[in-house]
Amino acid sequence: MEIKYILDIIYLVASVTFVLGLKMLSHPDSARKGNLYAAFGMTLAIVGTILLYNHSDGYTTREPIKIILILAAIGVGTVAGWLTASKVQMTKMPELVSLFNGMGGACAAIIGLMEYEHNLGKTGALATIIAGLIIGSVSFSGSVIAFLKLNETMKKPIRIPKYNILNTVVMITLVLFGAYIVYAQPEHLFLVVLLFVFALVYGVLFVIPIGGADMPVVISLLNSFTGLAAAFGGFLYQNQVMLTGGILVGSAGTILTLAMCKAMNRPLSNVIFGAFGGGTVVGSGAEVNGSIKDISISDTAILMNYAKKVVIVPGYGLAVAQAQHVIHELELLLEERGVEVVYAIHPVAGRMPGHMNVLLAESNVSYDKLVEMEDINPQFANTDVVLVVGANDVVNPAAKTDPSSPIFGMPILDVENATNIIVNKRSMNAGYAGIDNLLFYQPKTSMLFGDAKGVLAKLVSELKQM
Amino acid sequence: MNQIINFLGENIQMIYIIILSVFVGVEVIGKVPAVLHTPLMSGANAIHGVVIVGAIIVMLNTPAENILSLALGFVAVVFGTLNVVGGFAVTDRMLEMFKKKK
Repeated sequence: MEIKYILDIIYLVASVTFVLGLKMLSHPDSARKGNLYAAFGMTLAIVGTILLYNHSDGYTTREPIKIILILAAIGVGTVAGWLTASKVQMTKMPELVSLFNGMGGACAAIIGLMEYEHNLGKTGALATIIAGLIIGSVSFSGSVIAFLKLNETMKKPIRIPKYNILNTVVMITLVLFGAYIVYAQPEHLFLVVLLFVFALVYGVLFVIPIGGADMPVVISLLNSFTGLAAAFGGFLYQNQVMLTGGILVGSAGTILTLAMCKAMNRPLSNVIFGAFGGGTVVGSGAEVNGSIKDISISDTAILMNYAKKVVIVPGYGLAVAQAQHVIHELELLLEERGVEVVYAIHPVAGRMPGHMNVLLAESNVSYDKLVEMEDINPQFANTDVVLVVGANDVVNPAAKTDPSSPIFGMPILDVENATNIIVNKRSMNAGYAGIDNLLFYQPKTSMLFGDAKGVLAKLVSELKQM
Repeated sequence: MNQIINFLGENIQMIYIIILSVFVGVEVIGKVPAVLHTPLMSGANAIHGVVIVGAIIVMLNTPAENILSLALGFVAVVFGTLNVVGGFAVTDRMLEMFKKKK
């Protein structure tokens, strides 16, 4: 019995857990188990590699110092990863995913840097190495920028003049440069390091002009990039588990990216090249008619108390204000009084598709209270009160009526069909897309200004007194 | 041309895996409700952490005297572990919340 075969079998098992894990992750009931399956397979693959891997030409050695270093590195990464993952607030989830994704990209890039010298003379292997290096680096620096943007360390999209041309030129140069290295095979690492730096710069350029609202799409795209980089590593080592894992994520990530774009009704090219709210497009396509009407907290309470059906439209503002718990309280209180309450979830509510569901689930909102857009839209006509909390673009009628609007074509929640619309916002500032919302000027709409958490808490205590 | 054909021929098994995995990836994700997009992305993110296997292989193949390479490899393994552990842990935390509903 050859030891190699045992490792091969371990890799086979791990690959199966990845496929199974992904499959189970796409159903709400089995998702958590699926994640654990994949984690189990990953552990097997890692332990198996440390104990059993041997290079076919006998390069592999297991001096104690190396094993200690590997275990120490895994220890450091585990503690740091675990702590960050368990401490982070749920609202910060998207940027964390981005950061972890960047780590994987960096790992792939370093592998490329280290393997280059060992593979001089083998054109096929070098091409694989260089491709992995470039994609890994782009994914790394791009993810870091996405992280900074979501973190709001880097607030405004940065406009570079002639950006699209610059971007294309850099990309073509990057590819040519990589091809040159594969062809010429310089013995010195200098050019390879230069390529690495150049790829990092491209990653930055790639993400920097894209606005915060589009970050989820970008993260998903970079996610599939890292998958691809891992797959190149797998190709290089003829390592099946890296190959299956990487390619699976690469293709699944691409589909996911496209699904997200579809939810926003914007082609991917539009996300990457024509950033939202970029200088020229912010048009005030339609004229603003009517005026803004305020409503007091007690009036809101009365309106809701005597309503038959209330639909809550949560947006990212709700998450920022950490108001997901108090809104659940409001929901329970109203239900006690016999009011039917549901939440209308736009596919891109929050910062990532599904993000709002995670946040509301955190505060124990029952799963069947969350109604997706297609199902809730016909119900607005017999809804007495719609309470919009910290959402803006997803209820902007301009998406339907104003072809010059940057969000034109995005499916929205038809809240304007309801009898009363109450919008809670901190101020009259425009939403992510940076455009005015005509909904606020409609006669049926009243504005309830203030921080979501504070306003909702007052609303709850007002209701309790009634 | 010859080189390309040789390359494909020598790696034909790998190429089979790639093509089939692409289809599996597409099929598996095909009908995901939007609710699960975030956890799914996060889970997929953890799975590409399998790149850590490559980092471990690099370390194992590096002579113990080559300190620079060992240091680089060390960093790569740390990064890879962050990707794996952080990715799975975050996904689990998200999904844990979904579970409470029942």
